[in-house]
Amino acid sequence: MSKTNVDEKFLDKKITRRQMLKLTGVGVAGLAIGASGLGGVLSAFGEELFVDDDTTATNKVNFYGKHQSGIATAVQTNIYFAALNVLVNSKQELQELFKMWTPLAIRMMNGESISMEKQNDLIPPKDTGEAQGLDARNLSITFGVGLSLFEKQELGLASLKPAELKDLPHFPKDQLDEAYTGGDICIQACADDPQVAFHAVRNLVRAASGKVTIKWSQAGFNSFPVEKGKKQTPRNLFAFKDGTENPSGEKDMNEVVWVQPGESTSWMTSGTYLVVRRIQLHLETWDRTSLKEQEKTFGRHRESGAPLGKRNEFDGMEIERKDENGNYIVPENSHVFLAKQAKARIMRRSYSYSSGIIDSTGAYDAGLVFVSFQKDPEQFIKIQNALGRLDKLNEYITHRGSGVFACFPGVKKGSYIGEALFNTL
Amino acid sequence: MKTKSLFAILIAGGVLMTGCNNSEDAKQVDSTVSTEKTTNNETTNANLQKEIDAYKVFALDQLDQFTIETEKFVQAVKAGDLEKAKEIYPHARMYFERSEPIAESFGDLDPRIDARLADLEAEGQGEESWTGYHKIEYGLWEENTTKGYEAIADQLLADSKELRARVETVDVTPELMMTGAIDLLNEVSTSKITGEEEIYSHTDLYDFKANIEGAEKIFTILEEQISNKDPELVKNLSDKFKTVNDLLAKFETNDGNFVSYSQLTKEDTKQLAIAVNQLGEPLSQMGIILE
Repeated sequence: MSKTNVDEKFLDKKITRRQMLKLTGVGVAGLAIGASGLGGVLSAFGEELFVDDDTTATNKVNFYGKHQSGIATAVQTNIYFAALNVLVNSKQELQELFKMWTPLAIRMMNGESISMEKQNDLIPPKDTGEAQGLDARNLSITFGVGLSLFEKQELGLASLKPAELKDLPHFPKDQLDEAYTGGDICIQACADDPQVAFHAVRNLVRAASGKVTIKWSQAGFNSFPVEKGKKQTPRNLFAFKDGTENPSGEKDMNEVVWVQPGESTSWMTSGTYLVVRRIQLHLETWDRTSLKEQEKTFGRHRESGAPLGKRNEFDGMEIERKDENGNYIVPENSHVFLAKQAKARIMRRSYSYSSGIIDSTGAYDAGLVFVSFQKDPEQFIKIQNALGRLDKLNEYITHRGSGVFACFPGVKKGSYIGEALFNTL
Repeated sequence: MKTKSLFAILIAGGVLMTGCNNSEDAKQVDSTVSTEKTTNNETTNANLQKEIDAYKVFALDQLDQFTIETEKFVQAVKAGDLEKAKEIYPHARMYFERSEPIAESFGDLDPRIDARLADLEAEGQGEESWTGYHKIEYGLWEENTTKGYEAIADQLLADSKELRARVETVDVTPELMMTGAIDLLNEVSTSKITGEEEIYSHTDLYDFKANIEGAEKIFTILEEQISNKDPELVKNLSDKFKTVNDLLAKFETNDGNFVSYSQLTKEDTKQLAIAVNQLGEPLSQMGIILE
C-alpha cells in the first residue's frame, strides 16, 4: 500500500491528535508519533478515526456542523472562488474525491499543513507551504456542485439532480463569457488573508490532480470599516455599502437560505444554492457621474448607506415614500427600488475584484464577485428579472460570468463532504 | 521513512503492539529498531544499478543517433539543400530532446547547440554569440537560405561530437533520472506548449513528443521499482502518459511528422498543457522509490 493511501486511510479514521496521545499513554512517544505519521499505530488500535476541528486554533471557523462554513460565517476580507470541471468517470471516484478533500479542508481550517507526513526530500512537499506560519485566518471552505455534474452520464447522478438546480435564464444586458461561466464543482475559500484563501484552493486542486481541472477562478477582497469595535457593512468599488439587507439570525436564515426538509431534493436539506456572478463595474464611467446621479442609481446615500431621504443605513427602505410633488423619493428605476419590488430575499456575500486591464479597451477589469446564497435560485432570478432592463445601474455594469451550485448540507463528525448526495440511491 | 521511525519510537517507549495488522510494517520492525531514515546514496544507488545502467545505454544511444542525424543535417546545410535540411531538422533534434537531462549537464555545450536568441538576450548577449540549431533554423525558415550558415553548421557538428564524447563521464544517479523526467515535462510546459522553442520552424510538437518520450523512458526503466512501492502510482502514470500521447497523436501526420504549431488552436494547446500538468503531479512522486 502506498504512503499516500496509508495516510488517507488514517485521515479517514476517527481520532484526534489529543486522543492519540491518550491512546498511546506515553506523552513523549505520542508527540514523536504525531510528528512522524500515525498510519500504522492507528490501524493497530482498530479505531475509527477522523480529523477534527481544533477548537483551540486561533481565528478558527469550524468545519463540522449542520451547515457548511462560508455561508452564515461572518464575511471575511478575502475570497478565492474556483469553478472546477471533473475528470473522474464514476460516481465512486467522485465520492472518493470528496472523501479525500474532507480532512484536507479541516486541516487547513485548523491553520495546519495538509499533511503530517515526514518529508521525503526527493519528492515535492505535500503541502505547497505558502500558508505556513499563518494561523487559520478564519478560513472557510464551501463546496457545491453544478448542473453539468449531473449531466455527465458516466457519473450516473441524473436522478439525484435537484429540480431547483437549473441554468440561470438570460438576463437583459448579460454578456457572459464562457471563460467565466459554469463548472461541475465550486470551491469558495474565504479567509481574512488573501494567501490563506488562495492556498486552500491551490492545495485542494493539487491534491485532486488528474481528477479535476480548474475551469475558472476569481480572487476578491472586502474591507470593513470598524465603528465602536463593530465591523460595518463593506463597500463595493462604487463605494456603496453592499449586503445591508442580508438575513440574520436562525429563523431568518431558515426562511431565506437553508433548505428545509421537503423543500428540495432530500440530500439538499440544510444545504443551500450558491449563485455567483462576475460583474464588471465600469469604474471609468461611474467616476464621471455626479454624486446625485450615483445615489439615485442605487437608491441609497453613498456616505451613510441610508435609503434616500433617510439618515441611517438600517432605516427601513419603504419604497412607497413620495415627495410633496408625488414623486417616489427612491426612484423607480433605482437598483434598490427594483430589487425590493421582487419581494424575494437572498443572502449576499459579495467581494470586489480587480484583475488587471482589459486588453481591448484599456479599462480596469474590476468589479464584483457577486455571491448570493438562497434556498432556491429562483429567489435570485426574481430579483434579477425585476432589475431587468430598467435598472439604472445597468449603465455602469456588465455581467461577464455566472454559475449556480448546489451547496451540500454541513458535515457531521466522521462523515465527509457531500455524503448526503452519495448516500441517496 | 515514517513507519520505520514510528515503530522504533514505539518500541523505545515500551508500548506493546499486539494488534498489528499491517504485515509490511511488522516485517520492518526488527531490522530498523535503531535506524531513522535511510537516504544513504551509495546503498540506494547500488540497489538501482540496473536502472542506472539501462538509462545510460538509452542516453548514449540517443546521443549517438543525434550525432549521426546532425551530421546529415550539417551536410544538407553545407550542400545548400534547403528542403532536405528543413526535413531533417525536427527529427535530428528529437534525439537531443529525449536525452536532455543528460545533454544539459554541460552548461557550455547545451547553449552552443540549443540556445534560442531569446535565451542569449536574456543573458545580455547578442546575436553574434548565437550558434547551434536555432541559429540555422532562423536561416532556413526566416531567410529561406543555407548561405552563410556553413561555419555555424560545422561548429554544430563539432559541438555534437564533443557532447557525445563527454556524456560518457556523466555520473548518472537515480536522482538525476527522476529530476530529469520532471525537467523534461517542465520544458514542455514552459516553452514547447507556448511555441517558444521553435519560433521560426514551428516544429515544437516534435520537441514536445521527444520530451515526453524521454520522461516516459525514465518511468519505464523505474517502473518495476515504483510498482514494488506503489502499484497505483504505476497505473496512474501509465494512464497519464497515454492521455498525453493520445492527444499528441491527433496532431501527428501519417509519416511520423507533426503539424505546425501554428495550426494549433487555443483549445488544443490548453488541452495539451492540462494533460502535461496532470502527468507532472504523479511523475513527481517517483522519488518514493528512494525512501
